[in-house]
Amino acid sequence: MPDAGFLTLAVEQVDGALGRTGGPDALVARRMQALSLAVHIPIVCFGIAFPAMILFVEGLYLRTGDVTYKALAKRWSKVALTLFAVGVVTGTILSFEFGLLWPNFMATFADVFGVGFALEGISFFVEAIFIAIYVYGWDRLGRRAHFLVGVPIVLSGFTGSFWVLGVNAWMNSPTGFTVVDGRVTDPRPLEALLTPNLGHELAHMYLAGYMVTGFIVAGVYAGGWLKGRRDRYHRTALVVTLAFAALASAAQGIVGDWAGRRVADSQPVKLAAFEGLARTQAGAPFTIGGIYDADRGEVRYGIHIPKMLSLLAHHDPNARVTGLDAVPPRDRPPVNVVRVAFQTMVGIGVALGLVGLVFVLTWLRHRRLPRSRWFYRAVVAAGPLSLVALIAGWVATEVGRQPWIVYEVMRTSQAVTRADGLEVGFAVLVAVYAGLAAAVAWLLRRLARRPPETEVAGAPATEASRA
Amino acid sequence: MAEVCLALVVVGITAYAVLGGADYGAGFWDLTAGGAQRGGRIRGMVQRSMSPVWEANHVWLIFVLVVVWTAFPVAFGSVFSTLAIPLFLAALGIIFRGTAFALRGHAATIREARVLGATFALSSVLVPFSFGAALGGVASGRVPVGNAAGDMVDSWLNPTSLLIGVLAVLTGAYLAAVFLADDSVRAEQPDLARAFRARALGAGAVTGLVAVGGLAVLRSDARALFDGLTSGGGLVLVLISAAAGAVTLALVWTGRFGPARFSAAAAVAAVTVGWVLAQRPYVLPPRLTLDAAAADDTVLTTLVAGLGIGALVLLPSLWYLYRLVLQGRLDQDYEPLDQRFRPLSASDERDAGDAGRAGGAA
Ligand code: HDD
Ligand code: HEM
Ligand code: HEM
Repeated sequence: MPDAGFLTLAVEQVDGALGRTGGPDALVARRMQALSLAVHIPIVCFGIAFPAMILFVEGLYLRTGDVTYKALAKRWSKVALTLFAVGVVTGTILSFEFGLLWPNFMATFADVFGVGFALEGISFFVEAIFIAIYVYGWDRLGRRAHFLVGVPIVLSGFTGSFWVLGVNAWMNSPTGFTVVDGRVTDPRPLEALLTPNLGHELAHMYLAGYMVTGFIVAGVYAGGWLKGRRDRYHRTALVVTLAFAALASAAQGIVGDWAGRRVADSQPVKLAAFEGLARTQAGAPFTIGGIYDADRGEVRYGIHIPKMLSLLAHHDPNARVTGLDAVPPRDRPPVNVVRVAFQTMVGIGVALGLVGLVFVLTWLRHRRLPRSRWFYRAVVAAGPLSLVALIAGWVATEVGRQPWIVYEVMRTSQAVTRADGLEVGFAVLVAVYAGLAAAVAWLLRRLARRPPETEVAGAPATEASRA
Repeated sequence: MAEVCLALVVVGITAYAVLGGADYGAGFWDLTAGGAQRGGRIRGMVQRSMSPVWEANHVWLIFVLVVVWTAFPVAFGSVFSTLAIPLFLAALGIIFRGTAFALRGHAATIREARVLGATFALSSVLVPFSFGAALGGVASGRVPVGNAAGDMVDSWLNPTSLLIGVLAVLTGAYLAAVFLADDSVRAEQPDLARAFRARALGAGAVTGLVAVGGLAVLRSDARALFDGLTSGGGLVLVLISAAAGAVTLALVWTGRFGPARFSAAAAVAAVTVGWVLAQRPYVLPPRLTLDAAAADDTVLTTLVAGLGIGALVLLPSLWYLYRLVLQGRLDQDYEPLDQRFRPLSASDERDAGDAGRAGGAA
């Protein structure tokens, strides 16, 4: 197909370092990658956000000496340690999958972006070390020392996700190398680490981590609240988690807008897929709901808001917005998947923002929790919803990048392994993850049902018994 | 620079083989500890020793992966596509091992603990075997450059792979027995120390015999590797390893488990370095050399610099962890694994309440 008239690609495309191999499509490998990420990412939200909440509560304990805080922090830290273990194993699977599924991608580009992962490895090392000391060091280290041991956990949780997101941002806006005759030369790892898309991905994912952790944990206690468990312990847990989640939700809208504008600049075709915008146009409308019809090149049954998209994407109601027609059909992502995912995320984001708002307003005005049972029902629902938004956001980002594994440089189909039997591996993995999910659910229920540790001021370790 | 990165990989593999290997070996002893009551004491010790350190120990694997893929990307792609089966098995084993171990700390009934324990223990054998088999495929020259260019089955089901896989399991068991014996002394459990001493001696002897007998396997199946291990630097390191192994046996025999930790680690380190020397200058024998496999110098320099800066944070942290562990400051109260669940009542649910102490190992 003659490419004339279509957008010229930013960089020349490459041949893989392992040859021009790969299958016609990489569907099974893509499913496997997506599945593993969809398992890993929700869990690591707790690695990102939970330590800060635990430390906050422990800080309250240090200031007030109130043992309720200590009991809460101790309980949470045990949950965090277990989830950390699951994050470790699922993350390890992902690292293996890079090689198992995408050997040609790795052989071609791992040198360019690999340094980020090396630093990520260091971060996780530090995190693993201090989380162990923290949890096993309750009542064994001095109070202040114990608190300080928590600080590196918070920092390394941040830096760890920083480097991974750096790699993902790089895949979406690749820089730091030169292509000569289809070969990657002159890798510049530092440039590749700090790509233009890193800023918004990091901020957005980080806030998502706080929302997911905050709302899920709050949901557990809100459930208890509805059943009448309203002592200080439960109240404290609710206030702390909701405060974190509400603040993150408010900020998430702003960062989401930033992300949208970055995507409009760096990956216009992805934005067109988010919005189902077939033709490049000035003053583009924004459409809520509906289905994209590729034959007609329009979204049907949706609500159109004139000029809104131009306004959102470029902060100018008459700006030109690139449509899908800028590239040949084979270079377009599957529009409906991407679009539904994107709209789901934004819709949930707005809804959760409202829940957060109710909490913040009530708290500021009356210094207490809202009274309506509906509020607590909403909080119970908010946990799973924030998870859906999280995964939907990633589907929008990653599927929206297709058919490229490295945006406009290497195709996913070229990166994939030629090994047979991926279907078998996929089936096994599905079964394993199902087991894993069941095991984690079992564990969290067990932890939730156990009564709080009884803490006596000044006394050494006392493990609770349900006597 | 390529040599520096190779050295980092060797350090990572050694650390993982020693520290991670011992954790898998602990799983081996968990597996063979016998019935719930008879094995309860051994299992309790395993649980207690591993809990604070296994996650940190596991990160060495991640470290090896990222250094290899950054510094030797073509080798990484070739190895992972051809050796996909054993590596996938290892990955599955890692999921099962880690999850089952973490959950076992929360088990409320002996039945739950048994199921989780069996999963933990079986996968503890699967993982080192799979890694060993994959390594054997590389060392015996069965992984060519390319996207799944080698034989998917023969590359890891062959005499060399089987040998190294079995050796990996045995070495882990040996290391674990030595470490656990030392931990038992610190936990003031002399009878457990005796039990692990016997296991260490047995495993050490078997490992030594298999290693010596294995040379014959290598001679017929992987001649180049055999020649490398029996001449020059390779031979020196093999002899060092054998000597360190013998010293360890002597130390264990006389009950000096503390120093035995280090000589056992040295034996593993020596054999890892020996393997690298034996296949020099190749990364993927018989064709891909270190220089050809290495990434651009800018990348290697950045990698080494980045890791160097990271080490400034990491090494003090590791030192702090192991110091606390070896001083016993993080020690959990020792309790046999089956003890937690007494008295056993008819209903598991009520049990969960009775055995409220379960949180102790969490
Ligand atoms: C709790 C989860 C959550 C919530 C409530 C939102 N997002 Fe989001 N979004 C994510 C979680 C997420 C994410 C963590 O899943 C993604 C995937 C990649 C990334 O950096 O963040 C994402 C990606 C993502 C992208 C694509 C970035 C890219 O491709 O580089 C855009 C444009 C938005 N989001 C916009 C929004 C807007 C306008 C929201 C309105 C409130 C919103 N998000 C709420
Ligand atoms: C070697 C690196 C990577 C490769 C080859 C890769 C490739 C892919 C592919 C092919 C998909 C499936 C898209 C589809 O279903 O059509 C996908 C999904 C996804 N990727 Fe990436 N990706 C990589 C790195 C990352 C990184 C570093 C992150 C995060 C930091 C990430 C996050 C995701 C997420 C969240 C999804 C979607 C999950 C879902 O569909 O539920 N990926 N990736
Ligand atoms: C393709 C993508 C990814 C890969 C290969 C990957 C790899 C890993 C690995 C190997 C670990 C375990 C580290 C250890 O042994 O301690 C891990 C844990 C972790 N990952 Fe990922 N990861 C990916 C995506 C992500 C994303 C998208 C995030 C979030 C922004 C993230 C954040 C974390 C965090 C915070 C941990 C610490 C464990 C925990 O808190 O549960 N990772 N990851």
